[in-house]
Amino acid sequence: MTTATQQLKTANNIAWLVKLPSLARSFLIRFGYAATGILFPLIVLALWQLAFEKNWLPVQILPPPSLVWQTFWELIDSGDLTSNLWVSIQRIAWSVLIGGGVGLAIGFAIGLSKRAYAYLYPTFDVVSQFPVVGWIPLLMIFLGIDEALKVAAISLAVVVPVTVSTYKGIRNIPRALLEVGEVYQFTQLQRLRRVVLPAALPSIFSGIRQGVMQAWLSLVFVELLASSEGIGYLMVWGRQLMQMDIVFIGIIVIGLVGVVLDFVLRFIEARLQTWRRSAF
Amino acid sequence: MAISSNTVFQFIRQRDWRGLVLPVGFIVLWSIASFFDWVNPKLIPAPYKVVETAWQQLFAEDFFTGIGASLFRNLSGFTIGSLAGITVGLFLGFSQWFDRLFSPSFNALKQISLFAWLPIISSWFGYDNGAKILFISLAAFYPVALNTFEGARSIGLTQLEVAKVYGFTRFQLIRKLILPAAAPQIFVGLQLALIYAWLATIGSELLLANWGVGLGNIVIRGREAFNVPLIIFGMLAIGLIGTFFNWIAARIEAKFLVWRGNQA
Repeated sequence: MTTATQQLKTANNIAWLVKLPSLARSFLIRFGYAATGILFPLIVLALWQLAFEKNWLPVQILPPPSLVWQTFWELIDSGDLTSNLWVSIQRIAWSVLIGGGVGLAIGFAIGLSKRAYAYLYPTFDVVSQFPVVGWIPLLMIFLGIDEALKVAAISLAVVVPVTVSTYKGIRNIPRALLEVGEVYQFTQLQRLRRVVLPAALPSIFSGIRQGVMQAWLSLVFVELLASSEGIGYLMVWGRQLMQMDIVFIGIIVIGLVGVVLDFVLRFIEARLQTWRRSAF
Repeated sequence: MAISSNTVFQFIRQRDWRGLVLPVGFIVLWSIASFFDWVNPKLIPAPYKVVETAWQQLFAEDFFTGIGASLFRNLSGFTIGSLAGITVGLFLGFSQWFDRLFSPSFNALKQISLFAWLPIISSWFGYDNGAKILFISLAAFYPVALNTFEGARSIGLTQLEVAKVYGFTRFQLIRKLILPAAAPQIFVGLQLALIYAWLATIGSELLLANWGVGLGNIVIRGREAFNVPLIIFGMLAIGLIGTFFNWIAARIEAKFLVWRGNQA
């Protein structure tokens, strides 16, 4: 008896050993796919280094990777990078808060009320087609070039996607859901809280995600145009000093923050979607 | 005459005029505020000043050279960027190896905010038309490549098998299956590309204000001279051209994709 169970135990214990070759293979294949993805950046990096060693381009045009790496740590040590990035992130946060709030308000108004739609939507439709950067010269006249300008310009970029997807989210709620609410004789508030909000939430959040990415785009623009701090300013500064390594770091950091923002927002969005699926 | 006045009357009644309340009310308020000097006229000029400026500009040579230069750059960049985007998107879409090699880099580069490229492009390629067109192409490239890729990926296996049964060559495969099947997605990409190209055109002109001519340059010079009517007019012109592009894109899409029939 005992030997039999023991044998079974050992058999279970070594079962993974039998599976090992196939596990290793699937790991190797996955690793191989990931590695092919890294191949291209590595080749670019190698070419970059080669271009430096063979002096194909002057350092003012193409700084060597080692210099970019060194400057990166210098900028972190001096606090230039972190403080400028912090300023930019604060601007994004305020703008998403303000622009997102306005967008939600307009979106809910035109989504819930036919009358509000008739009065507001035509104007919104025209204004939303103006490129955000086109507003900035006018905003500069009214607001100067201080913090108010940045927050206003970036907020404008957030308002449009948030409004559109809030409106669409509410409009696309299946009739059946609203009818169930009617059967239960929900009050207006209950209808909003228990039917409209949960049903429109995924669409609203997708609008907020687009809004944040648009905010990131306009932030860099405003900071390049008129600013004395922020990650965009860091690039302008590097450009004026003819230090391309700083400009490179600016691009890399902007890309990294973009990746992180996108990843986090997609993660939250996916969570909202799974919740929705399990609800049905 | 009686009939025509009747149709006019009907036209007036059938349309929903409530949408006009906001803009008309805004202009009326603006006029009243200017008329009674409630606002600083230098900061907020009277509406008729804007109309006056618009009238002057519509007969000014500079304005049309500016618009012409902007449109030329915009459309060149859009064309180059879209063609490159369709090509890259197709390669990523139907070649597994291409996808594995380049998609991670492509997805990482995509996250770099568009305008961050401008300092590097301008220091490598200068401030001329070429550099600006390169920047605009980049703006148009990403949405087209991304949507072409997704369109190509959405093609069903059965469709591909039919093509294989017919013994399609690679070229036939692209022309007769992949391009038509991916067309709706590609159009979504092209529409986005038009919007982004115009954003990049104006943005690059505002950032590189001292070089070249263009609509954006006119506006930013108006700001330097504190010529608010000119800024407002320029902004309206930028917005109207953008709206016009959107309208054209929607029309072309509707025409090209008639064969799809009415889709929900």
